[in-house]
Amino acid sequence: YKPHSKKRARVQWFVRFSEIHPSKQHLLGRKPEAQEIFWYDHPSCDSIVSVETIIGTVQVVALALDESPPAQLKHKGFFVRMSWDTKKFWPLSAELLAELGRRGDSPKSQNPVQAQTKTAESPAWTTSEHAVGRIESSHSASKSRQAAARPATPGARKRLELAGLLKTPNTRKARQTSCAASASLGIAKRKMASSTASSPSKRSSPDEAREDKSSSECRMVLRARIPVTSTTEMSLGITLTPSRRAQRPSVTPSINLTPENIKKRETKEPEAHTEEVSTPHRSQRKSSLLTLNRIKQQLRYLDCKENDEKEEEFVPGAGDSDSSSEEEEEGDVSTSALPRTSRRRQDKNLQTATQPSLQTPSKTPKKTPRAPRHATPQIRSRSLAAQEPTTVLEEARLRLHVSVVPESLPCREQEFQDIYSFVESKLLDGTGGCMYISGVPGTGKTATVHEVIRCLQQAAQTKDVPPFQYVEVNGMKLTEPHQVYVQILQKLTGQKATASHASELLAKQFCSGQAPREATVLLVDELDLLWTHKQDVLYSLFDWPTHKEARLVVLTIANTMDLPERIMMNRVSSRLVGPRHFSHGAALSGDARRCLDICRRATEICELSRQKDGTQGPVTVAHLMAAVDEMSSSSYITAIRNSSVLEQGFLRAILAEFRQSGLEEATFQQIYNQHVALCRMEGLPYPTMSETMAVCSRLGSCRLLLVEPSRNDVLLRVRLNVSQDDVLYALKEE
Amino acid sequence: MPALPRQRREPSGGIKFVEMSNRKTKSNILVRAESLSQVQRILRERFCHSTHGELFGVQVQYKHLIELLKRTAIHGESNSVLIIGPRGSGKTMLINHALKELMEIEVSENVLQVHLNGLLHINDKIALKEITRQLYLENVVGDKVFGSFAENLSFLLEALKKGDRTHSCPVIFVLDEFDLFAHHKNQTLLYNLFDISQSAQTPLAVIGLTCRLDILELLEKRVKSRFSHRQIHLMNSFGFPQFIKIFKEQLSLPAEFPDKVFAEKWNENVQCLSEDRSVHEVLQKHFNVNKNLRSLHMLLMVALSRITVSRPYLTSADLMEAHQLCSMDSKANIVHGLSVLEICLIIAMKHLNDIYEEEPFNFQMVYNGERRIRYFLSGTSLMPENTNVLIDYSPEFQKFVQRKAHSVYNFEKPVVMKAFEHLQQLELIKPMERTSVNSQKEYQLMKLLLDNTQIMNALQKYPNCPTDVRQWATSSLSWL
Repeated sequence: YKPHSKKRARVQWFVRFSEIHPSKQHLLGRKPEAQEIFWYDHPSCDSIVSVETIIGTVQVVALALDESPPAQLKHKGFFVRMSWDTKKFWPLSAELLAELGRRGDSPKSQNPVQAQTKTAESPAWTTSEHAVGRIESSHSASKSRQAAARPATPGARKRLELAGLLKTPNTRKARQTSCAASASLGIAKRKMASSTASSPSKRSSPDEAREDKSSSECRMVLRARIPVTSTTEMSLGITLTPSRRAQRPSVTPSINLTPENIKKRETKEPEAHTEEVSTPHRSQRKSSLLTLNRIKQQLRYLDCKENDEKEEEFVPGAGDSDSSSEEEEEGDVSTSALPRTSRRRQDKNLQTATQPSLQTPSKTPKKTPRAPRHATPQIRSRSLAAQEPTTVLEEARLRLHVSVVPESLPCREQEFQDIYSFVESKLLDGTGGCMYISGVPGTGKTATVHEVIRCLQQAAQTKDVPPFQYVEVNGMKLTEPHQVYVQILQKLTGQKATASHASELLAKQFCSGQAPREATVLLVDELDLLWTHKQDVLYSLFDWPTHKEARLVVLTIANTMDLPERIMMNRVSSRLVGPRHFSHGAALSGDARRCLDICRRATEICELSRQKDGTQGPVTVAHLMAAVDEMSSSSYITAIRNSSVLEQGFLRAILAEFRQSGLEEATFQQIYNQHVALCRMEGLPYPTMSETMAVCSRLGSCRLLLVEPSRNDVLLRVRLNVSQDDVLYALKEE
Repeated sequence: MPALPRQRREPSGGIKFVEMSNRKTKSNILVRAESLSQVQRILRERFCHSTHGELFGVQVQYKHLIELLKRTAIHGESNSVLIIGPRGSGKTMLINHALKELMEIEVSENVLQVHLNGLLHINDKIALKEITRQLYLENVVGDKVFGSFAENLSFLLEALKKGDRTHSCPVIFVLDEFDLFAHHKNQTLLYNLFDISQSAQTPLAVIGLTCRLDILELLEKRVKSRFSHRQIHLMNSFGFPQFIKIFKEQLSLPAEFPDKVFAEKWNENVQCLSEDRSVHEVLQKHFNVNKNLRSLHMLLMVALSRITVSRPYLTSADLMEAHQLCSMDSKANIVHGLSVLEICLIIAMKHLNDIYEEEPFNFQMVYNGERRIRYFLSGTSLMPENTNVLIDYSPEFQKFVQRKAHSVYNFEKPVVMKAFEHLQQLELIKPMERTSVNSQKEYQLMKLLLDNTQIMNALQKYPNCPTDVRQWATSSLSWL
């Protein structure tokens, strides 16, 4: 490798639209065209790069704002009309246009896509290599479609420089320019990068490579992967490695992710993914994609199971090449990260550290802005083991807890069957549909659907139904209806996006039906919370399944039976399939939760009475009744009985005043006068206004009375919050 | 706090020492002063930090709560409960005691606590941040400026979801002013807390403290369904004998008081007081008005501040005076401090209220122009006709001034206006609608916030009240 370590090439930086931060994309104000790229005008990218990192050249045609792209670059090449300086789009300056145009106007004279790109290599190689190149180009020049088309410098000079290097051992094209000094640090790393990256056997057979992955590697991959899926935020200033990683020098460079890269990577929409997937060697890609999916699932599983271990016992990967190749498959992040590292150093050297934040990642345990997103938060575990139940009653209480999932759901067989056959038929047909499930709280709507899903997942394992992905969202666990898109997207693909962006992505995924995916079952709990004025959320939830290629089954749950008629517009409700209503017949309450809680309380009362008289009786009806009483009795009457003499007197005065005036409302002054009159009648000393006011506000704070805010003073209006009969009853008892 | 009274008292002790010039007495007094300041410190702490005091008459409720907490701590059983009772009934004290006991037994390492207050955490966003902080989840978050509300919520939910009954540390949520949480948007926080407490996630005990009896009606139905419907009521359900007992216990000095002799004497005195009839009378009056312990503490605090070195023990007179102070009418006190002119204005308003049956009045009605007074004074012959006119315009104040023209009550209109405004500042009168810049102050409609009985009581106690003013107040319309 020595010979090319010093080779440098001069390049021009362009940026693809998809690589611009999503939040800034709208600044363009129009849809970018397929082959449009933007002049990248940013001081942080120097035009001198190491030759190794370049994959190929690409033809770029510079155009004025009003020109339309020339027809000749149908498939290869790009055109540029505007420049991008990370803040705004600008039209190309005249002189730039002239400079670019000089070359663009004579495309023939320019080198076509360089022949020396390693098309002969395995496709995986190409992509990974390509990623290297892309990332190396800091703000990522455009990625290749076919082999390796890349917006590098047009121009004869480059070709000249490259000419002699075509035969370098690893077939990298290398262009050399000066800048020898900056080589040193970067190269070591880059070397590693290339060594890890250039194990084509591994990569060309990703399946085998993955078969023998140990779980520790999986975990490692997971760590590397999570950040990828997390952020969309991108700011160049704070792109630092999560400190956790930085503190582990033993972790190989492949783990040393530079968030900047990752972020950049993330800002790319799925089309970036699909693009990559659609490399010529489609079949191979497909198989690797399948494995990717499988691994995703596995990781998800691991994520749930071993998240704590993952935090603590991180084992550096057994082999760099293994892990890095795997990571490549996960979305060639790690490889892309590597050259970036070196590039950073280069930057630093060249620019004499004008940007303090641009340090080598391994040495910057600074802010870790994205750590919370992928950190797996958890309540710390208990130091003492939870005590297992020792008595029968304790055991019973444990089983009666609402959280316990029963083995069967009695009285829900019919509903279960309905939902099951609905979802199953949709899965088997490969179509979509949606169902609305209603019922008052505590009737087992969610529990039944969970049971259905569990059964279906079992069936999927035994290949009885096609495999499907299950996503659950709850309207009450969202801060705002549109957040539902964010949650669905995250649970579906692991991506993070803003609400509006996520809705676009989901619509694209479900409505355009690109690649054949496995079916999705989406459970939306507490649907009514997703109501918005425009009903756009509800509409899209019910609209997606109607697209045949979406293969989406939506199960929606809400309390209200008439939700579709009541709050949904016709165009929304017309997309709904037959509602299924849950009901329970019960004297007191149909709420199963309530019932379980009452039973649980009854065991406690039983235990208490056992302690008292030392008997060993079972839970009796009496205990149950006591529990019911305790939980459903109104406390107003007890409250009145336990209130002070003056408070009771005030209530009497209210009753008297109401009776006198025939109204249900009186001012404080009227009641006070009534109170004083009553006291005089009974020959009692009457209270002062202040005392009575305090009494009134006390009763008001308990909500025995409804009172106005106290700033109205004696004029505040008072009402009873209990029926007059109840007050009379409570006062008479004494 | 205890330092201040000591400083105040010491000079008086010093003076006595000089007067007596007796070494023995001097040392006695110093010792006594020391003991007294200790007494005040101990008792004040007891009265002010009543949330750490002793529990009275709530053993059943306490047992229910502590058993529940223990089950959460030991068995990892999730629970939710509401503690309901009027203000000052000892809700916070109850939960504090229970938590203290819980921490004393072996599980202390095993429980996390989160304390929220509805008055501080006024929306779910703030509450979530606070929960994250109190659970030390921040460590995971790093020093990152917290993300959006949505991120916070899913972060916390994820954290709580990760746990399970047997392995996660149980978390006890204490939500003070629980009813205010019910006003948060969609009751998201409550839903999620109750939902977690009803599913196999991190064990939670959600304890809500509230004084509202209608709290369950505030909960949305699906939130309500997830709540376990356990309620612990604290109702001050004790009678007067118990109240006396509480009184005695609250005043008694503990056995570990350094000056044993003094403590013994003090406790003896307290015992005497609790048997004294006049003390019983005071306490009965107090009990009739307000049963809660906080008001008893207030009474005792006032009484306690009356003891001095020369009179080191509480007397029934102290208590009586304290009671009088506590039960004083605040507005009557304000009226005592008014000038004669202001009193006259109030009396004029009172008459207006009597005539017009509580209809609002304005300044011009209370006072009508000086010119008319002069005119009236000069041309007495016009009086019969004018009386009607005057009554129509209700120049109450002026009528009085007319009659008493010989005395000092001849004020300039701006002066009367000033007095009127002062009454408004004292909130003895209240404008009916909001003051706008354009409206003329004289014609703004007002209402009197004093009751007739209050005015008459205040006048009786008013120092140096001119007799004709008093007469005018009682005369109503008879003088016409």
